[in-house]
Amino acid sequence: MPAPRSKTRVRTHPLGDSALLAELGTRLDTALNTRAIALAAALKKRRDVRQAIAGYASVTVHFDPDQVSHDALAAAIRRLASKRPPMAEPGRLHRIPVVYDGPDLEAVSAVLGLDVARIVEIHTRPIYRVFLVGFVPGWGYLGPLPEELELPRRQVPRTKVPAGSVAIAGRQTGIYPLATPGGWHLIGRTSVKLFLPDSDPPCLFRAGDRVKFFSSPG
Amino acid sequence: MSDVLRVEKPGLFTTVQDLGRLNAMSSGVQQGGAMDRFAHCAANLLVGNDEGAATLECTLSGPVLVALRPCLVAITGADFDLRVNGEPAPMWTSTFVGEGDKLSFAGRRWGARVYMAVAGGIAGDRWLGSLSTNLLAARGGMHGRLLAAGDVLAVSAERASPAISGRLLSPDHRPDYADHTLAAIAGPHVRRLGSDGRKAFFGGVFSVSRDADRMGYRLEGPMLDASGDELLSFGLVAGAVQVPRSGQPIILMADHGTAGGYPVVATVTSAAMPVAAQLLPGDELSFSEVSVEAALRLRAAQRAALDSLKS
Repeated sequence: MPAPRSKTRVRTHPLGDSALLAELGTRLDTALNTRAIALAAALKKRRDVRQAIAGYASVTVHFDPDQVSHDALAAAIRRLASKRPPMAEPGRLHRIPVVYDGPDLEAVSAVLGLDVARIVEIHTRPIYRVFLVGFVPGWGYLGPLPEELELPRRQVPRTKVPAGSVAIAGRQTGIYPLATPGGWHLIGRTSVKLFLPDSDPPCLFRAGDRVKFFSSPG
Repeated sequence: MSDVLRVEKPGLFTTVQDLGRLNAMSSGVQQGGAMDRFAHCAANLLVGNDEGAATLECTLSGPVLVALRPCLVAITGADFDLRVNGEPAPMWTSTFVGEGDKLSFAGRRWGARVYMAVAGGIAGDRWLGSLSTNLLAARGGMHGRLLAAGDVLAVSAERASPAISGRLLSPDHRPDYADHTLAAIAGPHVRRLGSDGRKAFFGGVFSVSRDADRMGYRLEGPMLDASGDELLSFGLVAGAVQVPRSGQPIILMADHGTAGGYPVVATVTSAAMPVAAQLLPGDELSFSEVSVEAALRLRAAQRAALDSLKS
């Protein structure tokens, strides 16, 4: 009996002349993320693909336009995405201590109408999934963040966010591994090192891992 | 490895760069590498290196270097008024320098970044498959930092092809750096701009703000509204033009973050990125919309210009 064909519709968009974005969906969803990670792994095996990076529900594909056209690669992606998704393996669990004293905590509290203790309680409740590793070395996009804490990104990103800052935006949360620009709301900090430059891979989190925060006194 | 150049003055912001570490992007490590890849590749090819060998990228002001032994060098990219022993010397040309000769720059004439290749390729720390300097991680190149006075540069290999002095890449084979119209392909979220916003973007005049570095350039100009549902973060590429909620677009450059969630309204074509790499705060620019096919023709023309140096 043939495997049932998935109904996943893939939309592809050019990202310049040598890359494309393949979107599997627009929802923050563990199953979509698992499919994106599997699709990226399959694409990396192609000779005409130079790099494939899974997003939450998408894959960004860097390809060699001398070897394959945008349209031919998009067709190959649609074929790959229609295959039965792999079984998701449970990722490693990381327990991360957080001091909840971030510079945006008061503002977040005011906008959401929740007191700080309640924000801490909600933020430490779930076991988050590492949906993707990216943005800066060692950064993991964690989610889903409970709806009660959902906020848009800051209107103007900060040009420098201190390393170790624990932040939220949308239905996501994360930890800045290094001092970098960033547009998320800073609610706390941790001393756990996420970027491990002399390890391979050079980061603590891998896509599919699980993370639990707990409140730690400053 | 053998020592070839001593750094007398480092210049304002000089780093070792190659073509970056694309493979490390899945760990969130920026691709990095030369901002102006055309100038970087041309410098290498002029001295007989593979185009992926490491060069020096000198931003805004050049270094003062003294040759420790005879070597073949080529300097490309922006024009900082190259001097050899104080005398004007040609750029985009392979040039022999003898032991004790001094390479310097008298002052910036145009552009942001000069590239210097040495036959054999500049040596440095290899990190995650590349010699490119990653300042954020403090890894790669010259111990993950800017060049400093007293540093000694070595070459990593004896050159494979015979080094010839006086080879030149003629001006008609170089990008038109004076034309700041950047060819760009419409991005995944261009529809968010609406038709008026799209016209304002592809046709409006922007300028590079002071917030411009190897990660990206924040632009000033027509305010754009690409608001809509929050996007799930996705993998980004150099050249992508993001529009955050402030409405000021950002062009992502070589050290851009590997993923993000702001709408991408366009991506600068690979052939236009060398021009973008030479822009400085205050410079005006505009975007012209091109098809993927047109972008590939421009890319092929640039490729052919570089290939003319392979012999």
